[in-house]
Amino acid sequence: MLSRVADSIYWLNRYIERGENVARFVDVNLNLMLDLPAGMPQQWKPLVSVTGDLELFNSRYSEANIENVIQFLMFDRHNPNSIISCLGIARENARSIREVISSEMWEEVNSFYLTIEEASSIKSLSTLPKLFSRVKMASHRFAGVMDATMSHNEGWHFGQLGRLLERADKTTRILDVKYFLLLPSAEWVGTPLDRIQWIALLKSASAYEMYRKCQHHITPSSVAEFLILDRCFPRSIYFCLWQAQQCLHEITQTPAGTWCNGAERALGRLCSQLGYLTIEDIIQSGLHEFLNQMQDSINQVGNEIYTTFIDLGDSHSAISDLPSNNVQLQSSGFSQTSLN
Amino acid sequence: MPFDSYNPEKFYDELFTEIGKPRSHSVSLIKHMTTLGIEQLEQQRSTAEIALFKLGVTFNVYNDDRGVEKIFPFDIIPRIISASEWAGLEQGLKQRIQALNLFLDDVYGEQKIIKDGIIPQEIIYTASGFLKPCLSSKPPKKIWCHITGTDLVRDQDGEWYVLEDNLRSPSGVSYVLENRRVMKTTFPEIFQTMPVAPVDDYPSQLLETLLNLAPSQLPNPNVVVLTPGIYNSAYYEHSFLAQQMGVELVEGKDLIVADGYLQMRTTKGLRRVDVVYRRIDDNFLDPMTFNPDSLLGIPGLMQVYQQGKVALANAPGTGVADDKVVYAYVPEMIRYYLGEEPTLASVPTYLCWRESDRKYVLENLNKLVVKAANEAGGYGMLIGIDSTAAEREEFAQKIIAQPRNYIAQPTLSLSRVPTLIDGKVEGRHVDLRPYILHRGDEIYVHPGGLTRVALKKGSLVVNSSQGGGSKDTWVLNQ
Repeated sequence: MLSRVADSIYWLNRYIERGENVARFVDVNLNLMLDLPAGMPQQWKPLVSVTGDLELFNSRYSEANIENVIQFLMFDRHNPNSIISCLGIARENARSIREVISSEMWEEVNSFYLTIEEASSIKSLSTLPKLFSRVKMASHRFAGVMDATMSHNEGWHFGQLGRLLERADKTTRILDVKYFLLLPSAEWVGTPLDRIQWIALLKSASAYEMYRKCQHHITPSSVAEFLILDRCFPRSIYFCLWQAQQCLHEITQTPAGTWCNGAERALGRLCSQLGYLTIEDIIQSGLHEFLNQMQDSINQVGNEIYTTFIDLGDSHSAISDLPSNNVQLQSSGFSQTSLN
Repeated sequence: MPFDSYNPEKFYDELFTEIGKPRSHSVSLIKHMTTLGIEQLEQQRSTAEIALFKLGVTFNVYNDDRGVEKIFPFDIIPRIISASEWAGLEQGLKQRIQALNLFLDDVYGEQKIIKDGIIPQEIIYTASGFLKPCLSSKPPKKIWCHITGTDLVRDQDGEWYVLEDNLRSPSGVSYVLENRRVMKTTFPEIFQTMPVAPVDDYPSQLLETLLNLAPSQLPNPNVVVLTPGIYNSAYYEHSFLAQQMGVELVEGKDLIVADGYLQMRTTKGLRRVDVVYRRIDDNFLDPMTFNPDSLLGIPGLMQVYQQGKVALANAPGTGVADDKVVYAYVPEMIRYYLGEEPTLASVPTYLCWRESDRKYVLENLNKLVVKAANEAGGYGMLIGIDSTAAEREEFAQKIIAQPRNYIAQPTLSLSRVPTLIDGKVEGRHVDLRPYILHRGDEIYVHPGGLTRVALKKGSLVVNSSQGGGSKDTWVLNQ
């Protein structure tokens, strides 16, 4: 298939997944702030830190309060990773490959975008929770429609690949929210408030119910274990990367366990590494540091996919030498780690 | 009753001869629509428009980066062409396309028509669509204009005239197919009682036309549709045709000339392209040969094209015959190349570079339609009867300054078709754009075509950008 088409369907899925996860971030933080003991200052800056766009935020807003952060993450068209920007880019990508995807997929993307655009003119705090669930459902619906109406061909696997890598990256960041979030003091560790925060975190990854089925206690290390290493939960990092690897091998037809290009090698190594880690190993090296490294590795896989399938060397490169409308955006910002 | 008081007035009406008298080919239609009544017709119209919007049959109005898509307004009262009338049109169009193709092959080759004094060389060489780099091009099977969308109009007396030939990359055929799809779901009963020629065959016919250009030894030639991209107003059509033919839709940045061939960039490396149905203008095809600033084009494309390693439809250079001065010579071409009299009339055309014609034009600006020779789509035009003295003066100056660039034609009183306007049926002016495919040994005229309708009362301008809409066109089989 055309490299440009593969690139567009990959980013179409990444951006829809990204939009969904931004809604999850904001949702979890909103919930956490409501549960804070009276008198504690609200914390909105950590949210922006986690997305990696703090610099851009500071250049556009003076204060990290609830209104500004929500505006920035949801409706600010100057933020390439706001929900509205994500959906706008997803829609442009879909438009450029309308003859490749199913018309049902196009209709879903289109109405998803229109939902957000409509919401951007209302901006009332009380409508937000409803909007978050609409965003999540719209994203799920898109994935379902794609699964049920498009042939599971090369293009479909590129789409899956994009969605799964994006989801893995975002799960690392959801988990990292807790790192940035301050408790009133060290004595609060292990208290109900601490536990409530971990529960909210699980909920934002739609993981609470599934977590409860295999763990009785809410402890930091078992929550992290679930979101990083669980073999069955569809938003755990390991699950996403493992599935992504299968898509990659469907595309290339290389037998599992072997590799013939940089993308397969990078992703294969990452999966093997995760497959033999324990949560104790991770805690020992530092959870936050581990998550950072994870984000770098996932980025690396994305870059390898780009050079393997999209930009095949200098003279034959499809996109790199042109001032393309979305590639530059796509490779910067959110998917880059800029926490340090 | 919707048609009781419908008055064709002094115009040629496609469906009625006089008040209350439908033409014989439209009797069944009018009878059926009368039983529905005006309210139901209105309802059907909005259902049809919603259906078109859902199908995504839109054109883009792209003034900002967010983009707005609109549908081309659609009227549900079809235009009907009887079998005998169509047979005449079909024959006339085939004759005209055959002669135009011979002309293109000649004018970029031996130039016999110039040597024999039929057309002055200067006219050819000053036409903006004439491309010197195409001299001595040898397109496969000597076909230049593979796809043509001739604009036809009908005068007060019912006679057909060719208004423009549109030999470059005519658009609109997707509306023909989608309008029909919607009409069939809206009025299934009428289609059961009337012998309407089906139109769904177009994508297959087009694909045949394109495959015909690939070298015969290739078992599975690679055909692509080349689009300028999603911001082009006809992007929907490009995407639709690629999808219906099952071929790749590519943009310039997907293509590259490598190892002596045109190739496309795929996830598995480069793959050779054999035939390109290109929907971008000649001047943007290859920055090395034409416009060096073109970002849409593919450097080196013209070279591999000239070497016969890739076929382009339509061939670069066909625009020379879209020049309105060259247009005036088409009847001569038909006589010269085919030894026949033209069966389809051209609009009588005054050429301002001829002194006697210019004098007549300048004296009669208020009666004539003046057009810039190199413009299309209703631009650079003066409609004499609707003009102010200042506008006429402006055009007179332009004509005197650049006589080669202007032609004038008598104002035609375009035919009308009943059209649903604000809960009433009123006559509106129409044109017709049939699509013709040239395959060398055979010329195929698609039975139907796009009927564009000027929705503004009295307006003669049918372009979508200026308040035009479209109708389904029914060619009857018997």
